Amino acid sequence: MAIAETFYRDLGVKGNEVFVSDGAQCDISRLQAYIDCGVIVGRAGNFQEKTGTYDNIVYMKCGPENNFFPDLSTTSRTDIIFFCSPNNPTGYAASRQQLQQLVDFAKANGSMIIYDSAYAAYVTDDSPRSIFEIPGAKEVAIEISSFSKFAGFTGVRLGWTVVPEELLYSNGFPVMKDYNRIVCTCFNGASSVAQAGGLACLSKEGYRALTTVVDYYMGNAEILFDAFSSLGLKAYGGKNAPYVWVHFPGMSSWDVFNEILEKTHIVTIPGRGFGPGGEGYVRVSGFGHRERILEASMRLKNLYK
Amino acid sequence: MSVMQQLSSPISSSSSAFLSHSNFNSRSKNVWVPAKRIGICKCVAVPQEAQTAYTTKVSRNANMAKLQAGYLFPEIARRRAAHLLKYPDAQLISLGIGDTTEPIPEVITSAMAKRAHELSTLEGYSGYGDEQGEKALRAAICSTFYSGLTVDQDDIFVSDGAKCDISRLQVLFGANVTMAVQDPSYPAYVDSSVIMGQTGQFQKDVQKFQRIEYMKCTPENGFFPDLSSVPRTDIIFFCSPNNPTGAAATREQLTQLVKFAKHNGSIIVYDSAYAMYTSKDNPHSIYEIPGAKEVAIETSSFSKYAGFTGVRLGWTVVPKILLFSDGFPVAKDFNRIVCTSFNGASNIAQAGGLACLSPEGLKAMDDVVGFYKENTNIIMETFDSLGFKVYGGNAPYVWVHFPGRNSWDVFSEILEKTHVVTTPGSGFGPAGDGFIRVSAFGHRKNVLEACKRFKQLYK
Repeated sequence: MAIAETFYRDLGVKGNEVFVSDGAQCDISRLQAYIDCGVIVGRAGNFQEKTGTYDNIVYMKCGPENNFFPDLSTTSRTDIIFFCSPNNPTGYAASRQQLQQLVDFAKANGSMIIYDSAYAAYVTDDSPRSIFEIPGAKEVAIEISSFSKFAGFTGVRLGWTVVPEELLYSNGFPVMKDYNRIVCTCFNGASSVAQAGGLACLSKEGYRALTTVVDYYMGNAEILFDAFSSLGLKAYGGKNAPYVWVHFPGMSSWDVFNEILEKTHIVTIPGRGFGPGGEGYVRVSGFGHRERILEASMRLKNLYK
Repeated sequence: MSVMQQLSSPISSSSSAFLSHSNFNSRSKNVWVPAKRIGICKCVAVPQEAQTAYTTKVSRNANMAKLQAGYLFPEIARRRAAHLLKYPDAQLISLGIGDTTEPIPEVITSAMAKRAHELSTLEGYSGYGDEQGEKALRAAICSTFYSGLTVDQDDIFVSDGAKCDISRLQVLFGANVTMAVQDPSYPAYVDSSVIMGQTGQFQKDVQKFQRIEYMKCTPENGFFPDLSSVPRTDIIFFCSPNNPTGAAATREQLTQLVKFAKHNGSIIVYDSAYAMYTSKDNPHSIYEIPGAKEVAIETSSFSKYAGFTGVRLGWTVVPKILLFSDGFPVAKDFNRIVCTSFNGASNIAQAGGLACLSPEGLKAMDDVVGFYKENTNIIMETFDSLGFKVYGGNAPYVWVHFPGRNSWDVFSEILEKTHVVTTPGSGFGPAGDGFIRVSAFGHRKNVLEACKRFKQLYK
């Protein structure tokens, strides 16, 4: 109930459409898709070494050239579309128009969107925080989210998924009914202790305290963003998510990762780890103590000056 | 139009009526649909939502459609709720769902509270933990439950419960394995198998899913299957002490089981969630049996020892020497599942688990288990004194025989006449029909009161 009221007020999401869980990562596998889970469940086909892709998965390229939003006119129809915004790893938050396009695309194709809004609390402009802000979304989308990055609950384990009543399979059967069956059979609920924490997060005092923490991480992201920009590198993200996505054109992201690690003792994540479209990028995360972030910023400036 | 007037009345069973089978609750509305022949109107019932509702083009997972109804325990809960509506003043006693009722010992909850508060400090805060569980807890589980059994702490994967682990194991095995279960058995084994696509359709006449091997466990065979008549399956789910029958397999029986698995190249998934409820003479872990490490996975839980049914903490042991047919270690794949589809048990629950395994915690859990065991004895004695054939005693469940009777009927009769919720045996499999499971979780006074009512009903 508190989740519906706090995050989905005025969007017509009801309490019974919210399924509390032990985290978005676990819900994804309960929804049984995303790349690794899709592979595990046996739908992804074979992995092609050359392209670094699985046969049966459609990869929608997101880069600066298309404003980090896929060109839907050239995207083939699939049953399920996974979409994360604000995005991990690029940090980009889709605009209202873009999400409307996505919903329309799903509607035209009879597809289902699984919208990962785990970083919604990090949005600073008026980019949508929920897919359900888009008209028509309730008939095509499931939304997953998490207390992890919002409340520091990465170890406590708490998240939720919204499955609207209006979301129906091709035969008219409500997706929610099957999801409920999965949740009752393969799961036994999130820890009662974690849920008590969740409730406190959504109290007035709790929510206010958490926005301070979110701002803190975003301050970190800004420092890192500025550090890379000042070196003449093209940096993205950092405005609506605590990730900075740095472009190293023509370089292998693993090589950049290694160089940064070797020379500055800073661990980043090579973009290639997120898919072939991540090649040439490195993801730098804004989670950290401020002093460490400032130290990292200084080392990076020394490395590339 | 007179035709329209006729059609606006509720659907009748006339031969011209066509009722579409719907799987969900919807109000049917009569719709006039012109048929191909002129002058004839076919009356078609169309679920109200489907008339105007948009549907995606995504096919429903056919495996979900194979499931017959809701999971057993939510169904019991529904009936319980309906009963309360009917008798709002009834002093309902729940001996149905096997849910613990006694408070968690203080030594354990204060550890959880302490950990929670530490999360608000810089030094004490922790984020993502090892998906396999905190090292200290894995070590404590190993030394508490597997001491002397050559199980290593890194064979142990801490989880948010055995029920969840069962489904993760099913994902690990995939759709193309065959499985065997005890009949009757805990519904999660069969239901998760159906969901994974390992089974065929449900056959109503025998109340079984195709392609699952149901190993009958009845009083006649001492609740241990006749393995000589069991065909080979890839996976064998075995729960001992058993839910729902309360029977505990002996060392000899488990030795047979391990031999059987070895001979057939099968993997046993051994559910030992109730181990602490049986006497020290009966095996508590499958790994007490020589050779088990090459054929068995063991799953267990803090739920019924520490009252953690809501806190959510359990573990699964996957020995390093358990190998797939191509030599690949099962533990490596399970680890991949745990890292990809899961993110570890809650750090707060794990702190509670560690406290459970401290000397004080173990003593406290022993007391709680002892309490429920006493409840079990009281219930068993009651039904025994009423002339019923009663089984169980090694788990907090009493398995009462009502020969020749439909177990849902007995469930309803008991609920209606004594306001006591039990669980019908057929909910656990066809060989459960004719039996009722009475769970021994409850406040002592409720258990005594329930027994008093049973005596009145069946004297």
